[in-house]
Amino acid sequence: MSEAYSRPTTGHVPVLRLGDVLLVTLQGDLHDSTAQQLQQDLSETISRTGVRGVLIDISGVEIVDSFLGRVLAEIAAQSRLLAARTVVAGMRPAVAITLVELGLTLPGLSTALSTEAGMELLARQAPVTRPGGPRQESP
Amino acid sequence: MHTAAGVEACLPIRSDMDLVWVRQHVRQAAARLGFGLVEQTKLVTAASELARNTLVHGGGGQMEARHVSSGATQGLRLAFSDEGPGIADLDQALSDGYTSGGGLGMGLSGARRLVHEFDIESTPGAGTTVRVTCWAAQPPRPREEV
Ligand SMILES: Nc1ncnc2c1ncn2[C@@H]1O[C@H](COP(=O)(O)OP(=O)(O)OP(=O)(O)O)[C@@H](O)[C@H]1O
Ligand SMILES: [Mg+2]
Repeated sequence: MSEAYSRPTTGHVPVLRLGDVLLVTLQGDLHDSTAQQLQQDLSETISRTGVRGVLIDISGVEIVDSFLGRVLAEIAAQSRLLAARTVVAGMRPAVAITLVELGLTLPGLSTALSTEAGMELLARQAPVTRPGGPRQESP
Repeated sequence: MHTAAGVEACLPIRSDMDLVWVRQHVRQAAARLGFGLVEQTKLVTAASELARNTLVHGGGGQMEARHVSSGATQGLRLAFSDEGPGIADLDQALSDGYTSGGGLGMGLSGARRLVHEFDIESTPGAGTTVRVTCWAAQPPRPREEV
């Protein structure tokens, strides 16, 4: 029996813009540095585009340890400061069971069972008011 | 029949790339030994926490994986060792939320909850070894039946 190791994700994770939402799909095994790079890419993209929501699809993620859990929580916190909401969608049941036993319940994180449900959640939420009023896009 | 091929290994833990290999090896080894999906996920998550501690706090080291069995039940034993600074107060390190760095302090205590057997040996100035064992909930089915 031969099994190939799945290729780990390195470098940048693609961030797609769908209207007012940034969509990120995490897949397979993420490098620590890739997760940190994503955190930085997202904050830059939110502040550049002024989107109101971030949807992170983790249905392809086999494990969430305390490192990735913390990165997800930090993404949600920094997005909130940039007036965008974050929803983490599609967590596998085995991952949820493991996170609770690990002691990581990530209370600040909004979740949805699927990306569709996550999109609905983001659409339904009242727009966040920006402290500085409507943002001017710089040229 | 089921063999230890692809289960026993000694892997270096020197970079975050190595953490990826450690997780992948533990997942494949656990799958071969007949672990269910939830058990696999728990063990891989525990391994990820312990390997990261070896890297971050221990300054690097290695993981050794061994196949163990008890009657018909298959198990996987993992040993994470480093020659780093060691841990002066084990009780403190094992308590939820204690971190000497900027972590959440859930790695060590959480990993302990995720496995069936947990043992830690640490000598200040000489290093740390954490050994964990997980058993497949049910003995694996023989190949012929699949
Ligand atoms: N291999 C090791 N060598 C030296 N010290 C260690 C080792 N493993 C753990 N420790 C000590 O035990 C503490 C608790 O470890 P634990 O994994 O629970 O938390 P953390 O690594 O600080 O944060 P987290 O894992 O949540 O990101 C660490 O902060 C560190 O001081
Ligand atoms: Mg840790």
